[in-house]
Parts: sequence; C-alpha cells; structure tokens
Amino acid sequence: MIADQLAGKRIAVTGATGFLGTALVERLLRGAPDCHIVLLIRAGRRSSPSQRARREIFRNDAFGRLLEDRGKEPFWEEIEQRVTVIEGDIGKDGLGLDEEGRLELSRCDIVIHSAATVSFDAPLDGAVEVNLLGGTRIVETLKDLNVKPHMVAVSTCYVAGNRRGRAPEQLLSDSPFHIDVDWRDEVTAARRTRADFDALSRTAEQLEEFRKQARNELGAAGTPLLAAKTEQLRGRWVSDQLVEAGRARAASLGWPDAYAYTKALGERALDESKGDIPVSIVRPSIIESAWAEPFAGWIKGFRMAEPIIISYARGLLKEFPGVPEGVIDVIPVDLVVHSIIAVAARGHAGDGNIDVTQVASGTANPLRYRHLVNLVSGWFTENPLYDRKGQPIAVPEWSFPGRGAVERQLDRVEKNLGRADRALKMLPLRGRQAMVTAEVEDRKEQVSRAVGYVKIYGAYAECEALYGVENLLELHQSLDPADRDAFCCDPTVVDWDHYVQNVHLPSVVEHARVKTTGERSDPDQRTKRLRSRVLAPERQIAAFDLENTIIASNVVFSYAWLATRRLGPRDRMRFTLKTLAEGPGLLALDRRDRTDFLRHFYRRYEGAPVDDLDILGPQLLADHILTKAFPAALRRVREHRRLGHRTVLITGALDVVVKPLGPLFDDVICAEMSQRDGRYTGELLAVPPTGEVRAQALRDYADAEGLDLAESVAYADSSSDLPLLDAVGFPVAVNPESRLASLATKRGWLIEYWSKAEGGTDKALPLGPLPASRRSRK
Amino acid sequence: MSQETRANPRPGFVLEVDRRTPPILFHHGEGFRLEKLPVGRSRVIYPGEPLVGLKDPDAAIRDALLNPIDDDPLPSLLKPGMKLTIAFDDISLPLPPMRRPDSRQRIIEAVLDMAAEAGVDDVHLIAALCLHRRMTDDELRHAVGDRVFEAFAPHGLLYNHDAEDPDGMVILGHTDKGETVQMNKRAAESDLVIYVNINLVSMDGGWKSTATGLAGYEGVKAHHNVHTLRHSKSFMDQDRSELHRSNWRQGDIIKAHGPRIFQIESTLNTNTFGREGPMSVLQKREWEWTTRDRASFAAMHAGLNRMPPAARRRVFHGWKAPYDMTSIQAGEVEAVHRKTTEAVYAQHLVPVSGQTDVLTMGLPYLTPYNVNSIMNPILVMVQGLGYFFNLYRGKPLVREGGVLIMSHPTPWEFHPVHHPSYIDFFEEVLAETTDPVEIEQKYEKQYAEDEWYRHLYRTSNAYHGVHPFYMWYWGSHAMQYLGGVIVVGGDPRAVRRLGFRPASTLEDAFEMAEDVVGPRPTVTHMHNPPILMADVT
Repeated sequence: MIADQLAGKRIAVTGATGFLGTALVERLLRGAPDCHIVLLIRAGRRSSPSQRARREIFRNDAFGRLLEDRGKEPFWEEIEQRVTVIEGDIGKDGLGLDEEGRLELSRCDIVIHSAATVSFDAPLDGAVEVNLLGGTRIVETLKDLNVKPHMVAVSTCYVAGNRRGRAPEQLLSDSPFHIDVDWRDEVTAARRTRADFDALSRTAEQLEEFRKQARNELGAAGTPLLAAKTEQLRGRWVSDQLVEAGRARAASLGWPDAYAYTKALGERALDESKGDIPVSIVRPSIIESAWAEPFAGWIKGFRMAEPIIISYARGLLKEFPGVPEGVIDVIPVDLVVHSIIAVAARGHAGDGNIDVTQVASGTANPLRYRHLVNLVSGWFTENPLYDRKGQPIAVPEWSFPGRGAVERQLDRVEKNLGRADRALKMLPLRGRQAMVTAEVEDRKEQVSRAVGYVKIYGAYAECEALYGVENLLELHQSLDPADRDAFCCDPTVVDWDHYVQNVHLPSVVEHARVKTTGERSDPDQRTKRLRSRVLAPERQIAAFDLENTIIASNVVFSYAWLATRRLGPRDRMRFTLKTLAEGPGLLALDRRDRTDFLRHFYRRYEGAPVDDLDILGPQLLADHILTKAFPAALRRVREHRRLGHRTVLITGALDVVVKPLGPLFDDVICAEMSQRDGRYTGELLAVPPTGEVRAQALRDYADAEGLDLAESVAYADSSSDLPLLDAVGFPVAVNPESRLASLATKRGWLIEYWSKAEGGTDKALPLGPLPASRRSRK
Repeated sequence: MSQETRANPRPGFVLEVDRRTPPILFHHGEGFRLEKLPVGRSRVIYPGEPLVGLKDPDAAIRDALLNPIDDDPLPSLLKPGMKLTIAFDDISLPLPPMRRPDSRQRIIEAVLDMAAEAGVDDVHLIAALCLHRRMTDDELRHAVGDRVFEAFAPHGLLYNHDAEDPDGMVILGHTDKGETVQMNKRAAESDLVIYVNINLVSMDGGWKSTATGLAGYEGVKAHHNVHTLRHSKSFMDQDRSELHRSNWRQGDIIKAHGPRIFQIESTLNTNTFGREGPMSVLQKREWEWTTRDRASFAAMHAGLNRMPPAARRRVFHGWKAPYDMTSIQAGEVEAVHRKTTEAVYAQHLVPVSGQTDVLTMGLPYLTPYNVNSIMNPILVMVQGLGYFFNLYRGKPLVREGGVLIMSHPTPWEFHPVHHPSYIDFFEEVLAETTDPVEIEQKYEKQYAEDEWYRHLYRTSNAYHGVHPFYMWYWGSHAMQYLGGVIVVGGDPRAVRRLGFRPASTLEDAFEMAEDVVGPRPTVTHMHNPPILMADVT
C-alpha cells in the first residue's frame, strides 16, 4: 500500500505552487496520511513563502475535498502539523537555503522536483537557469549536505525532440538520435546571450525606438511616465529577443521549443552530476485537467491547450496547423501525480542508474488530432460561446493546413490591424469614436496572441513521436490492487470522448470566464458598477481636469473669447484669421509639450488689464463656459460634493478663466499669471499644473489635507493626463481620445461620455459678443 | 374686409367643423401644421380679434397716474429725499416681447418725469423677476427704453432682483396660514414702491406682482407647490385660484408691514402677429385667408422648413409683437387689479358650452421662460398642461379623464445658460418619476438649496434651481385631471420622459385617444395664440 510505504517519510517538493505541484501536495496529504511534506518555495515580491503556500496552494479548490472531509479548523491544523515551508529558490546555487532550510532538506527521505518554467515562450536564460540547472542544483546541495534521499525529477516526454516514431523510456544519451552538446556550454551561451541583447537594447538607436513607441502609446504623458514606459519596453524587448533566441536554439537542435530543449539538457546535467544519489525521472506529456482526482475536471491556471481552445471557440483561430491522423498526447494531471507518488513510494533500485517513467497516452490509448478537433467543435456547436451582442459564435471548420499557411494568414490580419490601429491613433478622435481604436487594439491583441499560439504550439500539434509507456504500465501493475483505483497511473482508463466533452471542456470554459449564455449582458451594467464605486461615500477627493472633461473648450478658445470681447467687427475678422492660421502650429506644440505650449500661449495675455478681465468673468461663464460645458460633468462634480468628497479642479488654464467655475469646487489648482501695475505680465508664477506636475500637485494637496489618493477619483480626457489618473485609486476617462480610450479599456477604468447640452451653439472659434454700443440699434 | 379697418372687432367664437371647413392651423414650435379635424364632432375655438388700442397711450398713462383708483394722485406721494423704488415685470412679459416702445418704458418714463418734478433723487429700478433668470443688458434696455437705461444702469440703479442675496432680502411677516412674506430689501425699505405691470393673461398682476415678483424661495414656496396648484381651478381664474388667495393673504401682510405700494397695471390687445406682414396670417381665420395669405403662408412654411434649427429659432425669437395698450390703471392694488382683469377678460374670454372628450392644441415656440432661449421639453409640458389647459373659467374645456393632444416637436434640447437646473431635472428627476408629489417631497429642497444653481442664478442668466419644479407643479392640476396626454410630432424619447405618449400624426393621436375616451370622441381645438380664454358653461 502506498500509504504504508510513505508512512513516516519526509517528502520535499519543489514547484508546489504550480499546476502539477499543487495536485501532488493535495494527493499526498489526502492519500498518504502519515507522511510529512517539506515545501521549497521562493518568496514572492510582497509575500513570504508561507503566505504564498497558504494563498496559492492550500486555498486552491483542489483542497475542497479535504477541507470538507476534515472540517475547517482541523484542516488548517493538519496543514500546520504535516507541512513545513522553507524558503528556497532553485534558480540559485545552494538553492538559496538558510541553515534551517538546509537542515529541513537534509532530513528528507524523498525529494520530488517538479519546479519548472513551463511557459513555452520563456526567455532562453530563464529557462536555462530553472529547467536546465534546477535539478543539478538540487543534487549538488544534497551532496553538500551529505545526504542521499530518493530524488524524483519531473521532466517531459518532449525531451525526445521533434521526431516521428517510437520514443522509449530511456535516457537521451541511450537514444540513437541523440545529439551530443555540452550542457555547460549551453548555459554559458545563454547567459552571454542575455548580456548581448541587454547591451544592444542600450544603443542610442534602440533607446530612441523605445521612446518613440512609448510616446506613441501614451502620448504626451510627461517625462516620468514616458521614462518608465520606455524602460518597460526595453526590458520587454530584451526578453522577446531571448524568447526568440531560445526558440531558434531549440529548433536548431531538433526540439520543439526552449522548454523541451532545456528540460532535455537538464536530464543530461542531472545524470552527470547526481553522484550516488538515487534519481528517478518521470516524463509526462501534455498535462491537462484531472480525470478523477481531486475531482474530475480540476485544473489550475490557464495552460497550454486552454487558450487555444478558447481562441478557437471565439472564432479567432480560423485554422490551426497539425497532422489530422497524428496523435495528440494529452495526459490528465491526476495520472501524472499518481505516477510520481507511485515512483516515490516504490523507491529506487539503487543500481546507480536513472530510471525513467513516461506518463503519456499516445501508445496505450491514442487520441487522434482529427478526433480531438471533432470532439471540440462538436461540443462548442452544442454549447457555443456568445459574443458581446448575445449572438452565439459559430466555430470554424479546420482544414489542417501546414503551419506556414496559417502563420501567413494570421500575419496578414495582424499587419492590417496594425495599420488600422496606427491610422486611428493619428486621428483626433474622442469619446465613442475613440472607442473604435480601443476595439481595433483589442482585436489586434487577440490576433497576435493567436499568432503566438500557432508559433509556439504548432510544433506540438505536428509532433508525431510515440512515447513508450512500458515502465508506466508495469508500475501500475505493481501497485496493490486497492491502490490501482486510488492511485491509478494507467492511461487506458481514460475514455477520451467522455474526458474531452464532459470533463475537460466544461472545466476550461468555466475557468476562462467567457460568455456561455445568450443573455444580453447589459453593457451598462459594468459601467454602473464602476460608477457606483467611483461614487461610493468613502471616496475622499474627486479631482477634475477642465478642458474636454468639464467643458468642450481649451485655453485658445477662452483667450479668443476674452481677446475679442473688446474688438470691433473688422478687428475680429483679422483676429479670427490670425488665430486659425496659427492653429496647426499651436496644436503641434501642445502635443509635444503641454507646459511649453501654455507658457508660449499665455504670453499673449501680456499687458491685459487685471480689472477688466475680472469683470468679464461672469460674462465668460454665461456666454462661453456654460455654453461649452457638459451638464453631466457639472452634475457629477456636485454629486461628489453632496457625498462629502473634496472636489478639486486641477487645470493648466488661467485663474481668470477658471474663476467663474470656482464655486462649483471646494478647491481650484490652476495656472496663475504674475501682475505688474494692474496688468498681466504674460508670465506664469509657477510651472502650470499639467502632466506630472499635476499629479504632484494633487499629491501635495492630498498630503496637506491628510487625504488618501488611493481612495480618490480623478476625471480626465487625454493621455497627457495619465500621471493624474495613475495617481488615484479610481481613475475615470471622460470622452477619451484614442490612446486614453485604449488604455482605459485595458485597465478597466470607468469611461464616461459627456456631451454639451443639445441646443447650445457651436462655433469654430468662440468670440465674445459685440459690445452693446457697437450693435446697430433698431 | 381687413381687420385694420374694422371699428368693432369680432369677438371670439366656436366653429363647428363640417365638410367645408378648411384644414386648421396648428402652431408646432418653430413651425406649423395644417390639420383636418373629424367632421361632425369637432369644434374650433377662435380668439377674439384684437381690440382697438388706446389712441394716446401716453396721455392715458398720465391720466391714470393723476387720477388713481382708491389712492392719491402720484405727484402727491412723491417727496424730495424719499426712497423710491420702481419695480417692473421681467422678460416673461409680454409674449412675444412687444415692439418699442414697450409699455414699461412709457409708464416708467411718465413716473420718472413726475418724480423728477417732485425732486425725488433716490430712485432704484428693479426687474421683479423673483426666481426667473436675470435679464441681460439688452433685454433691460428694451423693456425700459434707451433713455432710462442710460440714465440708471451705468450707476447701478437699474438692476435685476436677486432673491438669493443674503443681505438683500427681508421677511415682512407671516400670514394667518403660516405663509412667509418675503421682499426685496430695497423695496421693503422704500417710502414708496411703484409697480409697473403688463397684464398679458388673467393670472398676472394684483398682489402677485409684489408678493411673488419681489420675493424669493422662502416667500413663493407658500403657494408654488402641488397642493396649491391642484386647488387652483384654474390659476387663470383668480376667484377660484388658491394661488391667488395665497398671494392676496401675503398682500395683506405687505399692506400692514411693508412699504406703500402704488400699482400701475396695463393691458394689451391680441395683436400678436400684426394686421399686415408675413405673420399676420396667423391671426386670421382659415376660411378667410386670401390667395395672398395662402401664398405667404406656403412661402413661410417652406422657408422655415429649409432653415437650420438655430436660424429658425432666431427668426421666431426676433419677432416683436405690435401690441396696442388697451387699458391703464393705477392706484390701490386690489381695486386696480379688478379693473385690469375686466379688461383682460374683455379681450380673451370666449363663451363655450359643454366640455369635450379630446382637447387639441398647437403649441407655439414660446413660453414665459424661453424668451431668447430654447423651449425645452419641460417648457413644452408647462405650455400645454400649465398655461393652455388652465385658460378656462368655470370648468376645463376637456372633461375629466379626457385626453389632451398637443402638437410640438419637443426636441431634447436645453439652453445651457438659461436652464441648467432643467437639464438636471430632466436627466435625474424625471428619469425616476413624473409624480409631482413625489418630486416635490424627494427632490425640491436639494435643487432649491444647491449652491451651484444659486451661483448661476445670481451671477449668470440662469433660472433658479427650483424653477423646473414649479413648472412641473404648474402642470399638476392637469396631470391629475386628464386621462392621457399625447404629443404629435415630438421627439419620442423626450415625450416619454415627460410621461406622455408620442404620436407621429394627428390621426394616430386620435386613434390612441379613442383607447382612453372611447370611439368617436368629441374634439375641441383651442386656436391659441393669439390668446383666448374659454368661459365654459
């Protein structure tokens, strides 16, 4: 009996927070009641290893069964008693263990190494550090501790590489197709590649390119945000290059991707460095949701096949490459877990050799690609996903073309969307029109994801290797008859039709959180929910931008109004023509740098009499501001005020212009001009609150008033307001221009569309009314 | 025979519609419709022709000031060193605005001449607008004339009443019913308040001039509420109007504790569209239209249809009525007002026997609250259910549970400067409920005391925050009384928001009305404007 074999054993597990690891820990706790488990977990960025264990492992629904069986209190008590968490990182030499950790590890009888970078598009160096070197680091540490526990290392069937025909359960070095590369050279090369690309990313041309991209994405968002974005893009670029390098290197040696390649070399490295530590290797194929344990359909995370399936069901993947009569080697997770536990319980022969067990379905119980596709398309025809309008999505027929054809088709779509996206971003769109941009971008991302899947997983669908499972079947037979049910390792028990349609797909769809009913979800529902959060009584500050957020106007318009207020008809015409002629230049300056633009523009107020402008305030309000205002915005400000929130207007507009709106707000932060002898100088007293200055001004305000920005709301319309929007917990995009529309959609912000009162006037350039004395009298 | 030459204008009358009856003119906002009414069961009520105006209005004014009713001649009330305040009706009167010289200008100039002769030099002129919007300089200039405007406005002596000025209002006392009497401080502290009124309809004037016109929210909420308006049947008939009884009670307090009031009231005839010119066809009876009338109507109709809405609005709002003054009386408020009311009735009353199942009306482009502005949906409601419906004496033209069909484009448009609280009322309040009682209880206070509306009312040209509520109360009697309201040719969304049913043609509206009042209902069309008041027996 497995439970007896493992009784009193201390079992160390790496990779317990992963899909396989979590299932493994659960099965051990439930199925081997007298073993003790030591979890080696890396500290998170903000959480300790034990916090991670609690949150990412024990709160997973895999433990529902155990929790129900034991009851809440006893369950946590049992975890407390039977599980020890130590901080460790297999990416570091010596595993990053402290003394206590080393002691715990040294007391273990079995080490199950399931930690891996399973992401198929991991950067080369990351995959090398974890997948290639991980196992070796463990045995080196064990040797250092002078202990010899049984090590069970989880690898993958795909270490066999891209090939047709039988791939038996043997070490790669024993295979006739083996290509002998020195894993140490590969490690050195991978590390150097990282350094090379990092250096390349810092060249002037590349940095300029990243800046351009950042600016394109965020617009005039101010230096700090653009700098952060640029650095983020640089990091991403290096990482992308390393992904590509990994794929290329793997392909050059005959592996489908960097994962299989690093795992394969990892086996070699382990073999070379194991010394006299007994090592078993378990090689699963593609692990999918559970057949029966802890419950049918259990799955954790969104894994390899799931995004493909969902993309297909959404009608996004019109084609996917693959050999229709080929075998898709899928294995339910519980079969893998059982095999690992069975190998651990059985122990090692002690002959100094590595024993290999492949957990795969391809030879014993093959699932043909065409059959799988039929099952999937049949199921989604019966249970379609629904689009946003509540229409069922018809799944496409696949014709199984070659990978190249599919990639070309998708590339084409991606390029066209990219072009549309760029064109849209250049248009001065606002509000609902700008949402088209957000939709195009969304679509573009979906397609580029689909392209990614084809590139990454296409190789797997085309792989025609058949993985031998003699050792696995022997292992299953060797189990105590009672264990054969409870710890079943036999791939022939899986009824694929039942598994795909009744177990796996329902689980995938549930986890993907997609629309599975035709009920028209009220699109306003989300908006309402977000709005109620913005208008919750506990919010503290409501900060508002002015232009295009509260009024459909800008500094040029209000200046035009004020300047023409005292002009006669002929001068007005001249003024209008002059201002319109300057328009494009001003606009370009505004796009480049708001602060420069404002400084430049406000020079025009030089010499304007202070008293005069003050008197014009109320008229400006009636004739210009209110006509251009969004009534819903004015309403919203007052709604916040009624709720007891502090309402603040933060704008680069001038105090004279903003003054009439003052009573609407609790406080106003705006640009102020210096005065001399009762006249304005045209020079600003301080840097006007735009871009990052505005965010800082709001921060200063909140600090001074003892208010919390995380509990505050900000309304703005353009990507140059990003620093302001980023500064608060509840940003709201008002009539967003294209870039902000995309960002707001992506980040799930509330978007409001506010318009001027119907019936208000609409002039290209608002001019002040003619002085009464100049009007002809009837 | 042209109206001009008629020495004895024909009174209003009721036309029974038969097969020979031509299509009837319906006002339709800034446009018109010609509609056929069902033969054999429809009638049209026409207003009386414009009465002949006073030959020499200035002489009549002087005469009224020198020989006031139940009061001393004005010159005897004017003393050097006294505080004199002249309050006058605001932009809501008359409708449409009248051609220069405005009656207010004539009267105020006469009063100021006498004041100058008496050596009065502390004179303020106040537009008694209560919670209406502030008048613009141009509008004030039009009302009082250039001479008065130039002499007073630059010195801050001609201005708009500000009911929200914390230092500018006083409480004169409370009536025995607990109604607060509030007044503009300058007026209240004056030795004499001369009120200059233009009495367009029978609702205007009397104590309403000072008790309402110079008051604020505290004062008018005593009678501007659902209860009072539902017990004013109608508010155009002051003998059966709780609104007037309340104002008169407040008048008693003004008499006892307020300044001395010298009331000057004037009336106008119904020469709204002129006896000649492009609009004159609008005050003629359809079967009397000449070929030229038909041609000019067709041209006007076609021209208007081709104009963009803003231009059309400018054309209509540019129209100034060539009204003639028909009477002028001065002196003690109540005595003066009795005479004024007689004069108004002489022009407006049309005897009608029996009620109707369905009442139709074509709503014009103008209400008291959108002069030089936009007639928003709430004002469409108040025009139909407030003003036109209540233009009856005795009993309503339509039977209880009957249907009102009104024709107006009812666009979802608002003037952002004049009607900011209307926008919010429409978006926030009416989206929740149209029940006047619920609206009054749940929302009135919040709007009335809103700081931003207060700011706009005081510094800009906005109606007070509470004003849209009063509009809704104005319609509350009709809302309770009618079986249904249908709007022909209106924006369906806006019409439904008002709680009414939209119809695209008058025929459809009749079909819909039959669901409420039964088949083959009797129909009465109120051919208004020019204004008429039905004397229903």
